[in-house]
Amino acid sequence: MTVVDESGTSKALRREDALLRVDQVQKYFPITGGGVLKRKVGDVRAVESISFDIIPGETLGIVGESGCGKSTAGRTVMKLLDPTGGKIEFEGRDITHLSRKEMVPLRREMQMIFQDPYSSLNPRHTVGSIISAPFKVQGVKPARGVQAEVQDLMARVGLNPEHYNRYPNEFSGGQRQRIGIARAIALRPKLIVCDEPVSALDVSIQAQVVNLLEDLQDEFRLAYIFIAHDLSVVRHISDRIAVMYLGRIMEIADAEKIYTSPRHPYTHALTAAVPLPDPRTERKRERILLEGDLPSPINPPSGCVFRTRCPKAQDLCAEEIPLLRELAPDHFGACHFPEEKHLIPVATV
Amino acid sequence: MSVGEPFLDVHDLKVEFPTEDGIVSAVDGVSFSVQKGKTLAIVGESGSGKSVTSQAVMGLINRKTAKLSGEVRLDGEELLTASTEQVRSLRGKRMAMIFQDPLSSLHPFYSIGKQLAEAVLVHQDVSKSAAMEQARQMLDRVGIPNPERRIKDYPHNLSGGMRQRVMIAMALLNSPELLIADEPTTALDVTVQAQILNLLRDLQKEFGTAIVLITHDLGVVADMADDVVVMYGGRIVERGGIDDIFYAPEMPYTWGLLGSVPRMDVGRGARLEPIPGQPPSLIRLPKGCVFRPRCPYHELVPGNRCDVERPDLLPVTPDHAVRCHLEPAQRKEIAIERLGAQAGQVAAPSSSGSAGSGGAVGSSGMEAQ
Ligand SMILES: Nc1ncnc2c1ncn2[C@@H]1O[C@H](COP(=O)(O)OP(=O)(O)OP(=O)(O)O)[C@@H](O)[C@H]1O
Ligand SMILES: Nc1ncnc2c1ncn2[C@@H]1O[C@H](COP(=O)(O)OP(=O)(O)O)[C@@H](O)[C@H]1O
Ligand code: SF4
Ligand code: SF4
Ligand SMILES: [Mg+2]
Ligand SMILES: [Mg+2]
Repeated sequence: MTVVDESGTSKALRREDALLRVDQVQKYFPITGGGVLKRKVGDVRAVESISFDIIPGETLGIVGESGCGKSTAGRTVMKLLDPTGGKIEFEGRDITHLSRKEMVPLRREMQMIFQDPYSSLNPRHTVGSIISAPFKVQGVKPARGVQAEVQDLMARVGLNPEHYNRYPNEFSGGQRQRIGIARAIALRPKLIVCDEPVSALDVSIQAQVVNLLEDLQDEFRLAYIFIAHDLSVVRHISDRIAVMYLGRIMEIADAEKIYTSPRHPYTHALTAAVPLPDPRTERKRERILLEGDLPSPINPPSGCVFRTRCPKAQDLCAEEIPLLRELAPDHFGACHFPEEKHLIPVATV
Repeated sequence: MSVGEPFLDVHDLKVEFPTEDGIVSAVDGVSFSVQKGKTLAIVGESGSGKSVTSQAVMGLINRKTAKLSGEVRLDGEELLTASTEQVRSLRGKRMAMIFQDPLSSLHPFYSIGKQLAEAVLVHQDVSKSAAMEQARQMLDRVGIPNPERRIKDYPHNLSGGMRQRVMIAMALLNSPELLIADEPTTALDVTVQAQILNLLRDLQKEFGTAIVLITHDLGVVADMADDVVVMYGGRIVERGGIDDIFYAPEMPYTWGLLGSVPRMDVGRGARLEPIPGQPPSLIRLPKGCVFRPRCPYHELVPGNRCDVERPDLLPVTPDHAVRCHLEPAQRKEIAIERLGAQAGQVAAPSSSGSAGSGGAVGSSGMEAQ
């Protein structure tokens, strides 16, 4: 086991060919008191410290409970929010402090897809103008004209190109998500941050959209940051997975390892809590019941943030923050007392 | 659904809503039953009629704006034709409901202690302080820390998981014999979901409650249910014991559902098999089989029957019924092809074929091809 530098980032989080590199990024939202002066009285520590990198064509899944900071992390590394601390590099270039205007050319390379296919599309714009918006913003003139290009994109994501002039409310949830995807891939970006892209959809439609995202990734060698609370979808789509809790990464490793040999007590509890669609397995599975809820990010626990719910917590856990360190080759965890466990039965194939 | 009188017996339930666009046939000919101490899961996509079915059972559908028919018997007593007062006196006492969104059933302006005590006083002739004490005990029972302090809190002071527990406490106050839970954990995190499901299981063991659990999560179904009803377009398309539905499903929509869910115990590489197309509009339902527009197998049925004739829900075994024109032998063959060799080999006395070694549908089949 190699404890890496003080910061908790490590060599494996610094892969040579990284497309995006996120180093101890932090995002606080100030809380202001009442009255005219709006004095700052504290912070919501939505993201305390996250570090990861991502290489071209790779999918990094980010999982964790509601409120743990997944969306804030996604928006911050996309620079839709200004980071409070840390460093973000895209293709080797430090973009941490770029202004909105300076970010515009970079938006060709990095795009975002949102959870809610209803509120993320302007109801007064036609599908054609929604999908072609990135061309306008970037001043790009497709060789065959905007409409032909957009209709190609529509066909590519499984929409009827004849519906070019329709409005979002004429489409179902799954179709709206396809509109968002078409807009995101319009400029052939290298990275797409997908924030709960299928959570609002019915399972049968969810599978259609998951397959589409996988196909587009193969075709365009896209890298995805795939944010979701559904651990089954995340395992299905991810190469690597980061498990977040209260603004920090608890464990990050190859997807396979996160599920078959997790080492962090929180990952154990999280994966053990997901019921499998297999009654015979469910009848004999080990359960780890966590007590209580996520603590407030305004006043997080001292030491290890998970200690108030951790079945293994000891005195040290309240005193010292566990650093993210390499527990096994290419497998990182932030825990004073890590332990390899095998909680998910291997499916009989 | 075998020996013993069912506690809840729903027969040929129909619910129609007249709207500007036409009549919404939300529930059509739904029949099922649940015994004391057992859990029946109702699964289906949004709009398939799950919530309307449960509201009809609870007497929560406004008869001025909807047309109801069929029978709903609670312990032998017919509810659909009963008076509003009669149903109201049963609700909260012999039967109770928990909803997906707890805020919809908790009043924002009253402390949770007051609301819980109120629910006790409606059905029991006890003093206010005794009702408050029952409220406190029930909060303790559902795992709310410091219940004596929490009874003074208002719903907005609680986290989502705590509110859900308060609603469960409210539903269980008068020890109902039937509990209908409509997506009780859909809005919760998995760790909290596990707590709530555990709580429901414990309470069922203790009180012998009959539970109707409505969900779209097949993992929750596998974890909780004894019997399963699969709904599509307002109708039951397949009904059976838990193992029938997961290991020997016979209806194309059920295959589609099982093929659509990614599994946490299966690694990358397995491709999902989505159901093509969209769920139906309940106003202009197809004339033949409701699933016809999305079904890849209709061509195997001779004479366009899938287009012109509604299939009936027919039994394949006493506990397992399927609504599909395909021949039973054909269905078994396709199931095995789609879901792996174990399909059709449930180790149940009523099913044909030798007992298989088991292994679930998704894991044993989807990626094996
Ligand atoms: N603009 C904001 N101002 C103040 N607090 C915020 C803001 N945005 C998010 N937060 C807080 O930051 C924390 C993390 O929120 P975030 O939305 O990132 O969580 P999440 O992991 O995406 O949750 P979910 O799974 O519910 O989407 C939460 O406590 C949230 O209330
Ligand atoms: N009061 C109502 N008026 C008209 N249509 C309704 C009403 N309530 C429900 N419906 C319709 O009935 C169908 C079934 O709804 P519901 O039972 O809520 O589905 P779910 O399976 O998602 O719970 C839907 O098409 C819904 O829009
Ligand atoms: S550091 Fe301590 S409290 Fe935190 S996860 Fe490890 S054992 Fe639990
Ligand atoms: S009846 Fe026909 S259309 Fe309906 S599910 Fe069976 S094969 Fe498919
Ligand atoms: Mg979020
Ligand atoms: Mg519903």
